[in-house]
Amino acid sequence: MQAEVNRHAASSLIQAKKPSRLAYVARELRKNKHYYLLMSPYMLIFFTFTVIPVVISLALSFFYFNMLEFPRFVGWQNYARLFLGDDVFMIALKNTFMFAVVTGPVSYIACFLFAWIINELSPKVRAAMTLVFYAPSISGNVFFIWLIVFSGDSYGYLNGFLMKFGFILEPIQWLSNEKYILAIIIIIQLWLSLGTSFLAFIAGLQTIDRTLIEAGAVDGIKNRWQELWFITLPSMRPQLMFGAVMQITGSLAVADISVALAGFPSVNYAGHTIVTHLMDFGTIRFEMGYASAIATVLFCMMIGANKLTQKLLRKVGE
Amino acid sequence: MRMLAVFRTPRRLNRSFAVSFLLFALLAIFGAFMALPLIYAVSNAFKPLDELFIFPPRFLVNNPTLDNFFDLFALMGNSWVPLSRYFANTLFITIAGTAGHILLASAAAYPLAKYRFWGSGTLFSIVILSLMFSGHVTAIPNYMVMSWLGWINTHASIIVPSLAFPLGLFLMKQFMEQIPDALLEAAKIDGANEYRIYWSIVMPNVKPAWLTLMILQFPALWGSDGGNFIYSENLKTLHYALGQISAGGIARAGVGAAVALLLMIVPIALFIITQSSVMQTMATSGMKE
Repeated sequence: MQAEVNRHAASSLIQAKKPSRLAYVARELRKNKHYYLLMSPYMLIFFTFTVIPVVISLALSFFYFNMLEFPRFVGWQNYARLFLGDDVFMIALKNTFMFAVVTGPVSYIACFLFAWIINELSPKVRAAMTLVFYAPSISGNVFFIWLIVFSGDSYGYLNGFLMKFGFILEPIQWLSNEKYILAIIIIIQLWLSLGTSFLAFIAGLQTIDRTLIEAGAVDGIKNRWQELWFITLPSMRPQLMFGAVMQITGSLAVADISVALAGFPSVNYAGHTIVTHLMDFGTIRFEMGYASAIATVLFCMMIGANKLTQKLLRKVGE
Repeated sequence: MRMLAVFRTPRRLNRSFAVSFLLFALLAIFGAFMALPLIYAVSNAFKPLDELFIFPPRFLVNNPTLDNFFDLFALMGNSWVPLSRYFANTLFITIAGTAGHILLASAAAYPLAKYRFWGSGTLFSIVILSLMFSGHVTAIPNYMVMSWLGWINTHASIIVPSLAFPLGLFLMKQFMEQIPDALLEAAKIDGANEYRIYWSIVMPNVKPAWLTLMILQFPALWGSDGGNFIYSENLKTLHYALGQISAGGIARAGVGAAVALLLMIVPIALFIITQSSVMQTMATSGMKE
């Protein structure tokens, strides 16, 4: 009984001393006002053009909205229509999955593999090779060069060479033939995709502690594959995380290349992706609610893919 | 392995020549795949018209000429809005967007990198989360926000959102964490306030990160075509103008090739200059679990 009373007294004492949450926040705000002031311009813009639009998009996906009338609440109807009644979305979803499954892991592994090989070169050659692999992703929209390569007439480079050497007799309409469109877009996406994560990997590899590798050799690491798995990969896990985020986002949002190469919409929707579907409803048909539902699905896919990859990456080197 | 000068000279452990050779062959093949389209773009820009349409098509130029570039300037001189106008627009957008981004992102990154306070963790998590989706997700609400602000058809609609790219804040914060706390303490004891510390201690120390933000931001803005926001001809960008030329088809093929070269050469040149700083920043780009 006495203990009970004491506990009560103690807890009421703690209650009295512990300021309310609001007061704590107010004091924190006052104490750190310089930091909040420094952050405010960035955060203001970041919230206005990134966070609030995402929230609006989530909310709009439950409405019918055509930019003219007041939004009308329709509940899950947009999603139901998307998954049950929209054949083109299914094609877009399938194509996006194809992109993501092929270009995502391939470009991620390619990024790492090339960074890993380049890391063994002498500094000058390393700089040159880094430039060679990184240049396509910063050279703006020069992917229209590929339009000339895959051009449908005999002046197209691929057709020209194939005809010269007698593989084909007539030019192939590369970009208007359903069979080839997706594969061509994947190739060009791979060409473009060695971007920021590639640089991060090269830099990460250079910061690995040399003594770790020598210690590993003493401890019985026999070849470069073991060294890769037990020392190199775990040492640069933070960079691997960063690279995964960049690659996943890039490979799920393929659209510009598809539009530039295969047109919009592409022949029989062969190059249609979730983002081109979103553009279709958002900027052409003005069904903003429906387009927002598409955006929300894409958003969930990106977050999900990222969480999954991070879980996988934690197992590296075990 | 040591006979080839390209390999690093210090002896590495656990290396077999056969696998090395195989890996470098792989590197060479894919390097060619990456580089050839760019080399082709360069050589195309110097091809006279008869070489552009030769059959079978030829990869490299035989009789290089500068005609395509002269044609480009002649063509643009006659157009309704002069080329210099597009150029000035692009330059303005690129410089304002890049400089502003570096300034705002580093101002926001400094407190996040060096101090713990109410909301700092949450704010940084939101920035990390926003790295995980592309701008396409927010394209439609963004347009609505722009029209509420009355920014449709102004350069602000391109510049202002670009000031707050999440990647810039993330890289800047990671890089700033390396600055020793003792340096900041010393400045504080000497009587500097937070803004002073940010401006004269932190900023000079993160120069590699500035250059990295520059190389990430520059190509995006340099290649921006105004998106869905800009409709007036005299506000449009170089990229848009040059796209119109390329759309001219066969008659403009030479000029189009010159245009392609101009568009790609600037960001690549910038990267060559800033490469070592970029690498230094990327070394800190890890995402903690």
